[in-house]
Amino acid sequence: MRYRVGQRVRVAARRHEGHHRTPDYLKDRSGTIERAHGAFTNPETRAYGADGLPLQPLYLVGFAQREIWPDYGGASDDRISVDVFEHWLEDAE
Amino acid sequence: MSDHGHGHDHPHVPIANGAEPPAAARVRALEELLVERGVISREEVRRRIDWLVSRTPADGARLVARAWVDPEFKERLLADPRTAALELGLDPGPSPVVVAVENTETVHHLVVCTLCSCYPRALLGPPPDWYKSLPYRSRAVSDPRGVLREFGVELEGDVELRVLDSTADMRYLVIPRRPAGSGGMAEEELAALVTRDAMIGVRQVALK
Repeated sequence: MRYRVGQRVRVAARRHEGHHRTPDYLKDRSGTIERAHGAFTNPETRAYGADGLPLQPLYLVGFAQREIWPDYGGASDDRISVDVFEHWLEDAE
Repeated sequence: MSDHGHGHDHPHVPIANGAEPPAAARVRALEELLVERGVISREEVRRRIDWLVSRTPADGARLVARAWVDPEFKERLLADPRTAALELGLDPGPSPVVVAVENTETVHHLVVCTLCSCYPRALLGPPPDWYKSLPYRSRAVSDPRGVLREFGVELEGDVELRVLDSTADMRYLVIPRRPAGSGGMAEEELAALVTRDAMIGVRQVALK
């Protein structure tokens, strides 16, 4: 696992044609690693009949709601946490 | 294939009363082929469906009630729900990994799957239709306090709302807050109070 709990990361801004599990609303947004779940098969290849190997590390990444939705109406501490595979994460400055 | 002048190209099959919807027909055709080729057997499919529909929120409720009365069990449930479920003789199901999160006075969790309908089926049974609907899946992330209000939950401003979008292999189970005034209740009575919606995080548990 490349990242540790507490580390800041950014979700890659790239587009991806075909099945993937990284929601668009997270792309190019920065968050914090909350849990390191371990490694799982890669849905991007498994969806097309491959074995999904090599396994991809999976993390729960937490984001401030106000950074995701500019007009978010809830409390400033509200967060959204999303499972993101490691190959979608980059080091955040 | 049809080309009917609105920018795409697919057959529009009318859904008549009582007729099989197109998706079901496709699934059935696929199943026929897989059985014919010996990839799966009808018996396996039937067993799997029976297992899925036999799951109910009562299993999740037993975990929650035990966690309320036994703090050490709660720690084990938070650390490893699969092992905790086995401890109570419950079937945690095949592969997807369950994560348990706890609602407290200061943090409230709400679960959604924006990409489809990922859900801890082994412990809660099939998800409700609204959980799979586009309005819930979009608004639970962008306006979660508004969604909670519609379910009758008004969170104080100083409670941190944490939405969990289960986009991959993990399935999230919310341990709701134990209701005030339930101090003298037995574990079985407590389990009867715990609803499916409370374990998704859209409602609080109330005394009946």
